[in-house]
Amino acid sequence: MALGMLIERVAYRPLRNAPRLAPLITAIGVSIILQNIAMLIWGKQYIPFPAILPQGRHDILGATISDTQIAILLLALLIMLALILMVQKSRLGRAMRATAQSRQVASLMGIDVNRVIASTFIIGSALAAIAGVMVSAYYGLAHYYMGFLLGLKAFSAAVLGGIGNLGGAMLGGLLLGLIESFGAGYIGDLTGGFLGSHYQDVFAFFVLIAVLVFRPQGLLGARVVERA
Amino acid sequence: MSALLTVSGVSKAFGGLQALSNITLSVNAGEIFGLIGPNGAGKTTLFNTLTGLYTTDSGEVHLKDGQQREHRLNNRAPHQVLKAGLARTFQNIRLFAEMTALENVLVGRHARTTSGVIGAVLRLPATRREEADSHARAHALLKRVGIEQHANRLAKNLPYGDQRRLEIARALATEPSLLALDEPAAGMNPAERSALRELLLQLQADGLTLLLIEHDVKLVMGLCTRLAVLDYGVKIAEGTPDVVSRDPKVIAAYLGDEAI
Repeated sequence: MALGMLIERVAYRPLRNAPRLAPLITAIGVSIILQNIAMLIWGKQYIPFPAILPQGRHDILGATISDTQIAILLLALLIMLALILMVQKSRLGRAMRATAQSRQVASLMGIDVNRVIASTFIIGSALAAIAGVMVSAYYGLAHYYMGFLLGLKAFSAAVLGGIGNLGGAMLGGLLLGLIESFGAGYIGDLTGGFLGSHYQDVFAFFVLIAVLVFRPQGLLGARVVERA
Repeated sequence: MSALLTVSGVSKAFGGLQALSNITLSVNAGEIFGLIGPNGAGKTTLFNTLTGLYTTDSGEVHLKDGQQREHRLNNRAPHQVLKAGLARTFQNIRLFAEMTALENVLVGRHARTTSGVIGAVLRLPATRREEADSHARAHALLKRVGIEQHANRLAKNLPYGDQRRLEIARALATEPSLLALDEPAAGMNPAERSALRELLLQLQADGLTLLLIEHDVKLVMGLCTRLAVLDYGVKIAEGTPDVVSRDPKVIAAYLGDEAI
């Protein structure tokens, strides 16, 4: 979280009035820097991650589901609920939405815009940290580069649901996961064994391209009007 | 009467254009002070300078709060100016279009409330009290400007006149001592204008001081206790409506020199 705040301060605040592409490129740059710092600290090997989540297994209607999966699902639902409540109902959430709609007017209505944006980054990095811990606990492994693909997929999920739409991002994440799993499960049958389940990762980006071509505003996204 | 807002020698240039030259004026507590002048005279520039959107090239702006403390406003961030007690509305309506009328007013409460994320997520009693209080005040303000029935409609779906009222409610939610209104009657029909006039007089009766940019001469002359007239960034007259409307410089600015 402190890291999120620091990054906002040094990498994004100077670009506050820059065109929208500049912060995006910064994001890629910062992610590369962070990955390399992680590599320097923890090394290049996969390192075991303690099993902090329960380990049992259950059979439900012929499908096997582990306690870990249930725990992750519940935790994710809980966090999403808290996030929606925070954004829709709280003082800070209102300030965030106001700032997103117009920074200038928000500041004229008494909102310290820099502080709100910093808070958003802090919350975002905290959520990312929780997500990272859940993924590592699920696979029992951690690796400095493991976040890269996940980050791209998270971005695809957000685009699928509609950038700037919280419910959309959540729906997008769920759909993307289902598309990937079913895709990986059936791709062998569909292509007569020509392509196997290791093509799983392709689906996320196939979806990303399809959405960008056919519905750039995402499933739930309203068209974001670029204001001059 | 004591001066609530003091503007002394404020100048602002954009490149080669001198938008404001050495503007000095003071607004007394409890008055409705009008700011008039032809298009491009610098009225909105002065508003933007007062509210912290623009820095000043020279000169100072001071505002007294309820406890008679002086706050310097020039070269402060907009949210600091607002916190000192100066709120504004906009010439072109600038509501948070994707939020409901109620939420727009609640955003105005931001500077006067303190609760944070943790209180909101855990629903702590202090946070819930503060939210309940903000909601009660917001509803009361919507009722006051006469659009309570629209509380849960998105701001962008409100009729034009009601959007202007919502802007006033949102500004009032910040508990200002001085409310600056940038052409509040623009685009209103006669019925809406007279309702607005009533509302502004009520606000004055409640002890609020108003600074008003307005083109509707009838409204300004009937409403304002004093006026200042700007032309090409220079204050050319100041005084009661009677005095100002007879000032040859004002007549020249509005009608052209030949009219004299």
